[in-house]
Amino acid sequence: MMNATLAPERPATTAPVDVLTIKDLKAYYINEHFGVRREVRAVDGIDLTVRRNEVYGIAGESSSGKTSLIKTLAGAIRPPMRVVEGSVKFDFGGKHIDVYGEPAKMQAARWQHLSYIMQGSMSVLNPVRRIKHAFNNFAYRHMGLDATAFRRRVESHLDRLGLDASVLEAFPHQLSGGMRQRVTIALATVCEPEFIIADEPTTALDVLVQQDVLGLIKEVQGRLGSSVVFVTHDMSVHAAITDRLAIMYAGRLAEEGPTQALFDRPQHPYTAHLIASLPRIGDVSTRKSLAGKPPSLANPPSGCRFHPRCPIAIERCSKEVPQMLPSATGGRVACFRAGEVSMQ
Amino acid sequence: MNGYLTYVAKRFGQFIFVVVTGVTLAFLIAHFSPVDPIEQTVSLLTNFGSTDPRSVEILRQSLRELYGTDGSLLEQYLTFWGRVIRGDFGPSLSAFPTPVMTIISRALPWTVGLLTLATIISWVLGNTLGAIAGYFRNNRAMKVVGVLVMAMQPIPTYITGLTLVIVFGFLWPILPISGGAQLNLDPAMTWTYIQSVITHGTLPALTLVLVGMGGWFIAMRSLVSNIVTDDYVVYAELGGVPSRTIFSQYVARNAMLPQITGLALSLGNVFGGAVIVEFIFNYPGIGKLMVAGIYAGDYSLVLGVTTISIIAVAAAVFLIDILYPLIDPRVKLG
Amino acid sequence: MFKVLFDLLRYNREFLLGTLLILIILALIACSFFAPYGENDIYVVIPDMPPSAEHWLGTNSRGQEIFWQLSISMRNTLMFGVVVAAISRVIAIVVGLVSGYIGGRTDQIIMAVNDTLGALPNIPILLLLVFVLRDQMTWPVLALTAALLGWTHDSRLIRSVALSLRTREFTRHAAFSGMRTGQILFREHLPYVMPIVFFTTMNNLIWAIGLEVTLSILGFSDINRPTIGGMIYWANAHSAMVAGIWWWIAVPMIFVVILFLGLFLLAMSVNEYIDPRSRLARMGA
Repeated sequence: MMNATLAPERPATTAPVDVLTIKDLKAYYINEHFGVRREVRAVDGIDLTVRRNEVYGIAGESSSGKTSLIKTLAGAIRPPMRVVEGSVKFDFGGKHIDVYGEPAKMQAARWQHLSYIMQGSMSVLNPVRRIKHAFNNFAYRHMGLDATAFRRRVESHLDRLGLDASVLEAFPHQLSGGMRQRVTIALATVCEPEFIIADEPTTALDVLVQQDVLGLIKEVQGRLGSSVVFVTHDMSVHAAITDRLAIMYAGRLAEEGPTQALFDRPQHPYTAHLIASLPRIGDVSTRKSLAGKPPSLANPPSGCRFHPRCPIAIERCSKEVPQMLPSATGGRVACFRAGEVSMQ
Repeated sequence: MNGYLTYVAKRFGQFIFVVVTGVTLAFLIAHFSPVDPIEQTVSLLTNFGSTDPRSVEILRQSLRELYGTDGSLLEQYLTFWGRVIRGDFGPSLSAFPTPVMTIISRALPWTVGLLTLATIISWVLGNTLGAIAGYFRNNRAMKVVGVLVMAMQPIPTYITGLTLVIVFGFLWPILPISGGAQLNLDPAMTWTYIQSVITHGTLPALTLVLVGMGGWFIAMRSLVSNIVTDDYVVYAELGGVPSRTIFSQYVARNAMLPQITGLALSLGNVFGGAVIVEFIFNYPGIGKLMVAGIYAGDYSLVLGVTTISIIAVAAAVFLIDILYPLIDPRVKLG
Repeated sequence: MFKVLFDLLRYNREFLLGTLLILIILALIACSFFAPYGENDIYVVIPDMPPSAEHWLGTNSRGQEIFWQLSISMRNTLMFGVVVAAISRVIAIVVGLVSGYIGGRTDQIIMAVNDTLGALPNIPILLLLVFVLRDQMTWPVLALTAALLGWTHDSRLIRSVALSLRTREFTRHAAFSGMRTGQILFREHLPYVMPIVFFTTMNNLIWAIGLEVTLSILGFSDINRPTIGGMIYWANAHSAMVAGIWWWIAVPMIFVVILFLGLFLLAMSVNEYIDPRSRLARMGA
């Protein structure tokens, strides 16, 4: 949206447009059971943008709120979870959608512009219907094709992803885990959407299949020029596939930046810890684990939420909340002692 | 297809197992009866006078074989099986000398027709409403339906039936409350006769539907409200699949499967309900036959009805079992 | 435990209503111990009197006060239900826990037998037994028979929970620490299935009482032992509906509905308490 006038000779589609803009997003689980009100602040004040044609990674421990964040940005939350503040806006090639302002528009855009590769894809396909019905249900209405042409389109798409057309006639339980994941990737990309959310798509797969699936996602993304938000706790997967990376801790962003720079010079002590705990070939020293547990989101610590476990915390960290500010690596970081982190 | 045949064979084995167990149980109960049914029955019969000695001898013989007085226990058991397989329970005492099997086969179609219709209607209605109530949890109308069904569910069959008799037989007499069809009509495929059968069957069927529906409704509603949080439903919602498609092809279709198994499991109880309903509405089925047989002290008839109803229920369960793989693709065949 | 009950009473309307209905029934039963007449005494009051200040629920054609008949009948009927439920609970718990704990082939065999018994129609078998035993069919015999027929569905439910407990860590700990199988089942697994046992007990009570009412209405139980079904039987025998003595038949019907509704509401609310997913749905609504 900014560079079109500066570089008129470049086609508009290659300009670094922000496809997704999240502003000060807060989404809480609000429970009232047996008269006691409980708030779980799963997403607590997040700003971020995802550009066109990039793989944006989100990393964090299991209760860091990363799954809640992507559910919220996909407009997929249900009670008792609620958006309390902030906005989520998409720009699909000039078509602007405010996820929480225009739910009907968002609903119509699903799968055509925004698709999803879900965690636990073993169980995302209807167990009692053949695979072809999934394609019909999800994609048919967006394609504007008659039934035969649609079928041909789906078959050629499957073929490009290395899948035989016969999977269309199979039931989910007749396919292996890897096959099923390939089928869901095919399903998520058949409409050539601008934006794909991938929620731990490789977690339940064995290592060889993982490589295969990662390669497939990267390849399809490259071909379509889509943006992918890739969520996983596995830092080595992020290193392999993402262009930019955000680190989440206890419902907030800790750091964000180009993946390579983040791995080379982490600015936040938590990022440094995550990277340091990766195994490295030839390194035989024991990994140091952090003291303590991830904080409860129902009752988070004051100030910087990482301070109780932080090896370099100072008094200020427990009193003030650090803001996300530009960092030395070209990204952003929320730490009063940013840059003082050492990778032992 | 071969796998399916193996599956059917296995289920058939189970069917035989149930029948053998049930018939053996009936034999043992009859056999260890503390009263001697044979002489008691014969004396009851001869009290009426007017019977020729030959038919009395046939009755004596059939009772002896059914209840067992000749030979060892095993021999008696085998003779009993011979009777069951031939479908020959001897002459009935209360309608002497008509064979028990003739009476039963006259009554069986009434019960089978009534139960089949009522069971299918209550299953379909209960499950449909339950699925809608589970999927559209916050719909006002469905909440009202839910409360009504919950309030009606625990009311016993007898009370539901009697209430219908009072309402539609006395307060607003629009439906017949007794019998299976008008008595002066010939049972034939004429429109008047069919109409009469339908109007006579309405209240008994309605009773069974009202009593049976609630269980399906409640089970289905809770199944559906669990399934809506399953991954494939959440995924379809994220995919913008129209909610009508999600409801019918994702939610209802999956929730239906355990309910079909439940239907097979419930048939024994459904049959029990028929006994009281046929009693209330004086309906000419085998439930009423059994009660009448007990009142009349008709041993052969009671034993015959028990045996036949055990076999009939097992056969119905078998039928549902072999149809099930056609609906659920995940059943392990073979 | 008491905290749970207290919370349920405070926040779950169905549980509260169910408890109140059952309390009404229990109060009625308590009255039976102060009955001025014997339970089988007839012609002790003026027959066929409608409900009035003197005769709260009226009197019947046999010269009995319906209130006192009702209270003693309710006691006998509930007693029958409790005995059936208690015996069949023991069978269901033992079969369910053992089958689930052992698993494998044994489990398959036990469940095949379980399902076979469950597939038999109860009423015809009971009627046959009633028929051959005649006067020797006393209520304890009937209760025992009903109990022997009425556990299969519940043992399957209990077994499915036991099956999931089998692979849990604490079961292995218990086994390694040398606890005997019986001890593991009784001390470690039983507490986990108790909520389901409670839920099935309510349903079983409804089933057993329904059975007793059915048999009594048909005249197949001991007619000298007043029960709810027996009251309806006597009313029918005297053609109470035709004679216009509607209270004779309406009173037992209303109270059996109160009893069933109470048990049903308790079962439903406890079931909801057990199943966290339906609880979640309630919170979201």
